[in-house]
Parts: sequence; C-alpha cells; structure tokens
Amino acid sequence: MSDGQTDIVLKTVGLAKRYGGVHALEDADFELRDGEHVAIVGDNGAGKSTFVRQITGVEQPSAGEIYFDGNKVEFKSPIEARDHGIETVFQNLALADDLDVPSNLFLGREERYFNLGPFSILNERKMLAHAQDALRTTGVKIPDLRNKIRNMSGGQRQCVAISRAASFASKLIIMDEPTAALGVQETAQVENIIRTLKSRGIPLILISHNLRQVFDLVDRIWVFRRGRIVGAVDRSKTDGNEIVSLITGVKAAVDAPNFA
Amino acid sequence: MTEAANPTKASDAPPIRRNRPAEINVLIGLIVIALIFEVLGWLVQGQSFLANVERLRIMILQVSVVGIIAIGVTQVIITGGIDLSSGSVVGATAMIAMSFAQVSTYPRAVFPALTDLPVIVPIAVGLGCGLLAGLVNGLLIAHTKIPSFIATLGMMVTARGIAKWYTKGQPVSFPTDGYAAIGAGMTPVLIFIAVAILFQLILRYTIYGRHTYAIGSNEQASRVSGINVERHLILVYVVAGLLAGLAGVVLSARGLTAQSGMGVMYELDAIAMAVIGGTSLAGGRGSIAGTTLGMLIFGVIISGFTFLRIDAYYQEMLKGLIIVGAVVLDVYRQRYRGRN
Repeated sequence: MSDGQTDIVLKTVGLAKRYGGVHALEDADFELRDGEHVAIVGDNGAGKSTFVRQITGVEQPSAGEIYFDGNKVEFKSPIEARDHGIETVFQNLALADDLDVPSNLFLGREERYFNLGPFSILNERKMLAHAQDALRTTGVKIPDLRNKIRNMSGGQRQCVAISRAASFASKLIIMDEPTAALGVQETAQVENIIRTLKSRGIPLILISHNLRQVFDLVDRIWVFRRGRIVGAVDRSKTDGNEIVSLITGVKAAVDAPNFA
Repeated sequence: MTEAANPTKASDAPPIRRNRPAEINVLIGLIVIALIFEVLGWLVQGQSFLANVERLRIMILQVSVVGIIAIGVTQVIITGGIDLSSGSVVGATAMIAMSFAQVSTYPRAVFPALTDLPVIVPIAVGLGCGLLAGLVNGLLIAHTKIPSFIATLGMMVTARGIAKWYTKGQPVSFPTDGYAAIGAGMTPVLIFIAVAILFQLILRYTIYGRHTYAIGSNEQASRVSGINVERHLILVYVVAGLLAGLAGVVLSARGLTAQSGMGVMYELDAIAMAVIGGTSLAGGRGSIAGTTLGMLIFGVIISGFTFLRIDAYYQEMLKGLIIVGAVVLDVYRQRYRGRN
C-alpha cells in the first residue's frame, strides 16, 4: 500500500482461481473502502461466490494477492479470516438447528467461567445477555432466545445468522445472497439490518441477484461476468439498464477498478 | 400453515411455548410400560410386579453395566455417529484387566509374577485399554473420514479377537478382594449413577457438550464456526471407549471371572437404550437423563418378560421389535419436526 490509501479495507490484485482447466476467476482487481457498502452482481457462474471463497479463506487462490487492512494476507481457513475481523454469512445457513440462539451466536467462541479446556463450564448468562444486546443492536426481534433454531422461520434464522456476523465483525461483513430464500416481509427485515450496519460504519460486501435491493442498499456495484470484473460503478452514476448491460455483456467492460 | 402467522404476531405476544422436553415423553412411556406389567402381573401371576424390592434390585443391577456403556454411546450418537465396538471392548478389557487382578494363591494366574497387585493397577489397565480402543476409533473416523459404522465395526471384530487370543479362550478368574469389591452388591449401580450425573452435567453445561450437539446438528456450520471437529470427535470416541473399559472392569469384578464372550450384543442394547431414551440417530438430540430412562424401560421390559415367564427365545424376538420400534418412532419424530 505504497500510495498511502489508508482508507482501503480490502484490496485484491490479479486474484485468480482455476479448478483444473476451468477458470472460475481471472485477474480480479477489487477494492473496498472503509465504511463502504458494495454489491457484487453477475449472472450464475460469473465468479461471485468463487471470489468470496478466496477472500474468506474457504479456498486458496491460484494466483494474485489479497491485502486486508493494509497488510498482505493469505487466509488458510475461514477461522483465520474471522480472527482478522471478517465475518461471513454463507449462502447455506451456518447454524446448528438443535441449539438455541445464544449457543449459535457464540458457536466456536463460547464464553466460559474458567478455562478447563474442553470441559470448561459455559457462561450461559453472559452469552444470553450478549445475544440480547446483539439482536437489539441489529434490530432483530425473536420472542424466545432459548428456543431452538429448528423451531424458527427462515427469516428468523437468517436474522440470527446476520446478527452473529454483525455482532462479531470488527472490520468487514460479507453476505452471500442473504435474502435468496426469504419472503417479502423477511427480506425487508434483513435489508433493515443491513442499513443499521451502514450507520455503524462497518464495511459490507453484498452478493445479490436482486437489483432493486442492490440499488437500495449499497454505494458501489461491482459487476462480474464470466470470471472477470467488468465494471465498478457508483450507484448514483448508473441505472439498472447499465448494470444489466454489463451483466449480460451487451455493454463491454467499463474501465473500472482504477477510476476511484 | 400456522407458521406463516406466527412471526408477525410473536413480537408483541408473550414468548411462545417451547417444546416439551423429550425426557418427559420417555418418562411417561416408562410409567405406562411398568403399569402394563403390573396389570398383567395381577392377571397372569396373581401378584404385583412393582411391589417387589428384590425384583427391582436385580433389574437395575442387570442394566446398570450396559447403562455405563450407553452413556458413552449416547454422546457418540449425538455427534451423528455410532459405536458398535463397545460390547467387544467390554470383553477385551474384562479379560485384560482381570489378568492384573488375580490372587497369588491361584496357581494358574495369567501373570504369576504380577499377582496381588493393588486394585488401582487393574482399574488403570482396564480404563487404558478402553481409552486405546476409543482412540483408534476416533483417529480412524476423524482422519480417514470412513463412516463411524465401519470403523467401529472393525473394532468390534478386532477387540473380540483380542479377548479370545489373550488367554487362547481360557477364562480368567480369582480376583483380589479389592477388585471383587468393584462389582459387589449395588456398587455397579452406584458407579452408573455417578457416571450418569457427571455426563449429564458435562453435556449440558460444558463446551464439550455444546460442541457435541453442534457437530451432530450441523457439522459444516460447526467447522466454519471454528470448532475443531476432528479433535472433538476423537475426544468423544475416547470417552466412549473409556466408559466401555469401565464397564468391562465392573462386569468382570461382578462375575468374579472374565470370559472372552463377555459383553456380546451389549453395543446393541446400549444403542437401544439411547434411542428409546430419545437420542436421535440423526444426531444433535439426546441426553443422559433420557438414556437413563431408556435403560429403565429396557430393564422393566426384560424383567417383566421374565416375571411373566415368557420364553427366552420370545424375549429376544420382542427385544428386536422394541429396538426397531424405537428407531421408527425417531424417524417419525424427525419427519414431523422437518415439516415444522
């Protein structure tokens, strides 16, 4: 980061992922500023999820570099990314159905009374209190936190997953199609949560197929097409037609990544 | 259908009622079954089934050794796995532990130089054998990713082989008084109660328990949440092996002898107790309290059959039906919840 762009949270240079002969992602130069909410859009197979898997440590890129918070990083697992303050809401909900809300929020980082290794006693009271705080901050209403996730609606589950990410993320939240499986009302609830995150100044990468949602929520839109980034446009300087043209290839790539 | 109306209303309504704990249903089942035998007792035998302290004492003594195994098996099943090796591990540990517990006055001890040892030695050897078997199970399952069914099936056959090879089929007898005391009177029941309370608390209140349920509920979610799934599974199978080893020690002490055929089919009885007690074979659900109730149901049924003088052959057949019935019940419970 020689050029002194200290407000860049995440930057990738020439990021690529190949599965055998399949080039799922090629030469991706991406950047995200502090406090910025961006969307990644593109057709199925455009490389959106592949890109997310590289920057969250789920997979390791075939080529290219990732800079996070000013330092070059090579995450070997999602846990490492999480330890750096990146929280991800994965497309398939990563919740344990047979556990209640606090247990899910604190899964893998439980509060304990004293450390006896695996046999440490859980501090349930503290986790419940924190869970109540976390849900209040994100504006999620769930009647009974001690209820098991299994007994909750799809919207409530997604809100729990997002609250978990929101309450632990210090640097960046990534959401992969957070409303894909939700109804209208539940989608609105999730969108409200995303707005509260914006007001808290936490940067966000949103992957979505829903252009209405994208225009409602984010500052900048990154368009992926056939494994390449074909555009990054400010929401205020574009419209749905231009985005659709980029997604479908009707309009060729705009010289995106460096215009900022 | 009611689900659609729920989320919108629920925010101002008082907290919705949680599901009744599964243990309550099992307890009701236990009471109903006991009452059925009570009625049949008066009709067929002309006497009470329950009002007979000696019968109840024998009943609980009979099931408590398998109950110790069932505790270990329960937590394995909660992770979504299965342990078929416990019965054979009981046999192997019984033989090996007993060989370190023999008195010097017995001329044909397995290790004539190692007789009259303090009781802690055979106990440590027994627990060590169980631990080792569990460790092998756990390492196989966690690192080779073979199904737990196959890994523990291998251990089931191997451990039985070890039990037979150890003395070339000869029973091992004449333990020291100290060793015999482990199995004397109601001691096995007390050991079961202590282990059951310990593991009920561990599963409910510790990180070990929380991760056990989490892995059985959604292994992928557990992994991305930062749980070391492999290490935890190894630990779970080690605990199961340790408890099977303990059961082997108790069983041989109670019988004052160890035979290579000890513990045959115990693994299935233990699994049946867990499933009857509400532990789901799909993982994620179950408790030691439930398994204890399942153990009592098992005991009441076996004791009741004997009481009604039902032929041993029929007893086995009925036992098979009960096991299948419990699993069918679990599958239906699953389907019902899935629809929710």
